[in-house]
Amino acid sequence: MASAFERIADIIAETSDVPRESIKPESHVIEDLGIDSLDFLDIVFAIDKAFGIKVPVESWTQEVNSGAAPAGQYFVMENLAKRIEELVAAKAG
Amino acid sequence: MRLEYFQMIDRVISVGPGEIATEATVPLASPVFEGHFPGHPLVPGVLLVETMAQASGFLLLHRLGFARMPFLIGSKETKLRSFVAPGAVLQVTATLVHEGSGFAVTDAAITAAGRRICEVRELKFSLQGFPAPELQAAMRERALQIGLTEEPRP
Repeated sequence: MASAFERIADIIAETSDVPRESIKPESHVIEDLGIDSLDFLDIVFAIDKAFGIKVPVESWTQEVNSGAAPAGQYFVMENLAKRIEELVAAKAG
Repeated sequence: MRLEYFQMIDRVISVGPGEIATEATVPLASPVFEGHFPGHPLVPGVLLVETMAQASGFLLLHRLGFARMPFLIGSKETKLRSFVAPGAVLQVTATLVHEGSGFAVTDAAITAAGRRICEVRELKFSLQGFPAPELQAAMRERALQIGLTEEPRP
């Protein structure tokens, strides 16, 4: 099966106007790929469906806005993929 | 329905955690029909979408215990199959497709006398705190008027 990164990159390319080849592990979803909040919500919906999870976007955003976590922890592609893998593992466990 | 006041849903027939059935009667006269269209009054398609969005909105308000307001932010696909004329009695249903973090997705449809009128797939709503207490009070009041009893979120 494709890695979480590859599956998420495919979802982003299918859901937004971002070319698949421009999505790298180090890409920041918002700052580098230019995905706005509405497109990001579509992406989260697709990720929720594809992985059978509920991505906690609201708590992530609150952590970032309060300074409790750097934005890159959740919104850089390789980290986003790790967070998704953790959510999938937590659900399975 | 009071089209010009955007009061689309008249009655809630039934509601559960993931679905709602409602009814709406198109008025015989409305300023909307003066423009849409002269000599051939029809409920505008965008107002049919609004009607399906409002049924979805009441489903979500009920599900959320009126703690958050659903704001329409998008849809995937809309089909408008039949004209809707003054006096039509519409059955408006909505089903929860997904509840995510801060957003929800529904499918919705309208029928009249057993005939399919229109459908919309994947209506998307942002679920936000009420920006004004007046809005929250108005939504609760409107819900009571249409027979949507408030049940807090479990």
